[in-house]
Amino acid sequence: MHELALCQALLRQVEAVAAEHNASSVSRILLRYGPLSGVEPHLLRQAYPLAAAGTPAEGAELVMEESPVRVRCRTCGVESEAVPNRLVCAACGDWHTDLVSGDELLLASLELDIPEDPAPE
Amino acid sequence: MCDTCGCNITPGNRHLIIGEGKLARTEDGRTAVSVLQGLLSENDHQAAHNREHFDRRGILALNLMSSPGAGKTRLLEATIDALKGELGIAVIEGDLETENDAERVRARGVPAIQIATGSACHLDAHMVHDALHHLPLEGVDIVFIENVGNLVCPASFDLGHHRNVILLSVVEGDDKPAKYPVMFRAADLMLITKTDLLPFLDDFEPAAAERHLRALACEAPVLQLSASKGPGMEEWLGWLRGEAAAQRERATRGESLRPSVAPDAHGHDHDHAHHHAHP
Repeated sequence: MHELALCQALLRQVEAVAAEHNASSVSRILLRYGPLSGVEPHLLRQAYPLAAAGTPAEGAELVMEESPVRVRCRTCGVESEAVPNRLVCAACGDWHTDLVSGDELLLASLELDIPEDPAPE
Repeated sequence: MCDTCGCNITPGNRHLIIGEGKLARTEDGRTAVSVLQGLLSENDHQAAHNREHFDRRGILALNLMSSPGAGKTRLLEATIDALKGELGIAVIEGDLETENDAERVRARGVPAIQIATGSACHLDAHMVHDALHHLPLEGVDIVFIENVGNLVCPASFDLGHHRNVILLSVVEGDDKPAKYPVMFRAADLMLITKTDLLPFLDDFEPAAAERHLRALACEAPVLQLSASKGPGMEEWLGWLRGEAAAQRERATRGESLRPSVAPDAHGHDHDHAHHHAHP
């Protein structure tokens, strides 16, 4: 189980982006993950508050969007949905396919609270 | 995984980064920032460094993965004995506790570093990097990284190796690839081990194990062997000789190789061959 380590890596990236934009806090974090990424969303959700305590992302809403598993067939060229343990072409049944999506683990976007510039004197 | 060339952008996530550009101010004054970074990027950065370390010396690094008890250490012992005087071998061992496996390997006369992970269920690139500081690599052709026995987490971490070798022992059930798709999809070679026990088992069909592997769109060759009794070892040793020679040739051309399915590589099976500047 490596979800806590993943949360720590997530927070390092979130803090770097927040600092780059002079944000005071982070209100929303959008993660995209595929079923083949090896990440369990509910475990990540449980680990997140532990890792985020005391950081600018402490109160952030963590949103996780699952990417579909999709494959493209090398034999017939059709792109189709698949399930994690059966990555074969839905059209012709061939297993010579390439994964199009479903193994990603991405910090997709952040919503930051950025204080307005102080009014000029 | 690559942070700069855009290979982590897929048809599934492209809509997040086109259109509004990097910054889009929302109505309530918050700022949405699209980031799109692989969350394992720190690990992957270290892994790339490890891989350069191996490549500079023309060393082939193999990640051995399986459930506990599939016979990884036994296979290493038999392999070391068979290749003695032909190929230089060093071993990095990962277990939660004990030096037992490293001691077994050292007893065969090759250097071995034990990483005791405590309660961590996998090795990561930083642990391998630390181990490399203590592993003499002069005269070494192949570094085996024996990952923690676990069919779940080890598949998620690039260690800086070149090939994934996954062992499936015949006492485990031939549907393991269907049950643990994240792990078996990453195989560059699947070894069916302990085949000397097949006559005593009525629920393991090597052909069924291979069918389950192919259903994961995995083209890895499948070899059957018994490290204790010998059958099948020659094919495995032949694969090792071929891979070690290919790695030496790549090294002379300044090229590298990633496992065919690396964590977070998003199905882009390109070779990631690139040149390193060496002094």
